[in-house]
Amino acid sequence: MAQINTRQAISDALMEEMDRDEKVFILGEEVGVWGGTYAVTKGFYDKYGPKRVRDTPISEAAIIGAAIGAAMVGLRPVAELMTINFAFVAMDHIVNEAPKFHYMFGGQFKVPMVLRTAGGGGRQLGATHSQTPDAIFAHFPGLKVVAPGTPADAKGLLKSAIRSEDPVMFIENATLYQQRGEVPEGEHLEPIGVSKVQRPGDDVTIVTYSKMVGYSMRAADELAKEGISAEIVDLRTLRPLDMGPVIESFKKTNRAVVVEEGWPSYGVGSEVASRIYEEAFDYVDAPVKRVAQKEVPLPYNAALEQHALPQVEDIVRGVKEVL
Amino acid sequence: MKKAEHLELYRQMVVIRRLEESAAHLYQEGKIGGFLHLYIGQEAVSTGLISMRQPQDRVITAYRDHGVAINCGISANAVMAELLGKETGTSKGRGGSMHMADTEKNFWGGHAIVGAHLPIAAGLALGDQYEENDAVTICMFGDGATNIGFFHEALNLSAVWDLPVLWVCENNQYGMGTEIKRASAVEEMRQKAEGYGMPNLRTEGGMDIMQVREAAGDAIEHIRSGKGPFFLEIVTYRFVGHSMGDPERYREKEEVTKWREDDPIGIYNKYLVDEKVAKAADLDKVEAEAEAEVEAAVKFAEESPEPALDTLFDHVYVEEN
Repeated sequence: MAQINTRQAISDALMEEMDRDEKVFILGEEVGVWGGTYAVTKGFYDKYGPKRVRDTPISEAAIIGAAIGAAMVGLRPVAELMTINFAFVAMDHIVNEAPKFHYMFGGQFKVPMVLRTAGGGGRQLGATHSQTPDAIFAHFPGLKVVAPGTPADAKGLLKSAIRSEDPVMFIENATLYQQRGEVPEGEHLEPIGVSKVQRPGDDVTIVTYSKMVGYSMRAADELAKEGISAEIVDLRTLRPLDMGPVIESFKKTNRAVVVEEGWPSYGVGSEVASRIYEEAFDYVDAPVKRVAQKEVPLPYNAALEQHALPQVEDIVRGVKEVL
Repeated sequence: MKKAEHLELYRQMVVIRRLEESAAHLYQEGKIGGFLHLYIGQEAVSTGLISMRQPQDRVITAYRDHGVAINCGISANAVMAELLGKETGTSKGRGGSMHMADTEKNFWGGHAIVGAHLPIAAGLALGDQYEENDAVTICMFGDGATNIGFFHEALNLSAVWDLPVLWVCENNQYGMGTEIKRASAVEEMRQKAEGYGMPNLRTEGGMDIMQVREAAGDAIEHIRSGKGPFFLEIVTYRFVGHSMGDPERYREKEEVTKWREDDPIGIYNKYLVDEKVAKAADLDKVEAEAEAEVEAAVKFAEESPEPALDTLFDHVYVEEN
């Protein structure tokens, strides 16, 4: 297996799918001539041309709306929103149109589109450009929300998302593009809606996803030095949420910490904790702990920003609280 | 146009009128829930417009969609059943008044968020352009929709990409209860298309199906010949409230009465008789048949089954995990 970074993994997935299916095309701001603001689609414009790699105006609602329409008539659009923070200006199409159509029209319409976008903080972009609002999108039945934490999952899940018959929001993390990992070459598909144990352990269950998978791995390394064995369950998909591996792990460890980069209120951690209490209450030996971003608009100042974001030591401390 | 075609269009207009009158009664009886936006007064617009499409041309509209559904060839039965929330409705009772569709009739939906279907219409047209289909997407919306951002994003994108889409603004002069001059900086909605360098036309003849057909034919021909999008503004008037229960404080009764003199069904009736296309007796017969069709539709809808409760979760996703 090759060691490549997440950017390359995503780029490979897109290219393989475009080569496989003529109906797959990309649209978004600066995806073409520029090559993608995160360079994910570098070289695509030259290879596939302006028909299949479509630069758009700065019109997020039109980007998502057009992707929905094109998907309804049989194409396989991959729409890119430069950052998840721009999703709010296209909110109606993301949460109030795409996820509704199959159901609301009695099963007549399908919307097989992918919305790729990048979120997360830590790059001193200030409050409007640094958010991790993933949980908001996972609130809506009809939408699938995927957020990979490793290069291999990024590739395998994106390929599955493009082949999915349902609308998929594919949330990348802007600070993970350089993250390297082993990625199978060629055809590699990971199933949407399946959580995965990324590291086995016995004493505590860490439930997490996206960037916090790596942070949790480092926390687990720290904890191992003190003889604490943490099992890490990577959700990978926020909707539909696969609680199976979480509950299975929790029944073994009886203790859980949920780690997310976004705010804790009404968040992924809140949902996972509720589900643990509902589905495995008899196994609870300690309150489920949430580790998340502090509840402030993220500040520009680097030290303040890092202070607001969840850190490896916060995860270590959280684990010790539940032991 | 042959006599039979005229009579068919006349039939559609009368079916729409009778169907919506019945719907208003059923609403008052509590058999139809939610919102009910009637098209009464505007029938010539969608009937004329859609009569000019080819089968491959797609239609998409806003929430005032019952008439459009009939014009696209959906049965009165299916429309009425949807209004009553029945399994036999256009959307299996999941959509209601504002969300009718039939992909087989190339009708891509009534859409309930003002202006939100315009970017989607651009996407339908993009699909046809991508596949090199000889199809036009006809996207209908009200004057009120021209003030929302979606409208401007969609018009601009369609012009930048030369999409085969016909933007049809049904200008009924009120966005809900707000008169155009209180809501729009320009009086003619077509002026907004000018801002995007888009060929456009405004017709005051929205109560006259023949004028609508002429304008629509030219517009569709423009697009089909590969010249990109076109904007058509059709001035019309809704004889009834925005939706059921609208107290209509925003307009004078005299204004409504005056417009009702230009009833689109009456105008078409007179045209057909004056031009000796049909005799009054022919039209009376069509009206009687339309009335019977609607009565049968009400019966069909009332006797149709409710969706089974255990189907609640059907169609949330195409692919369940």
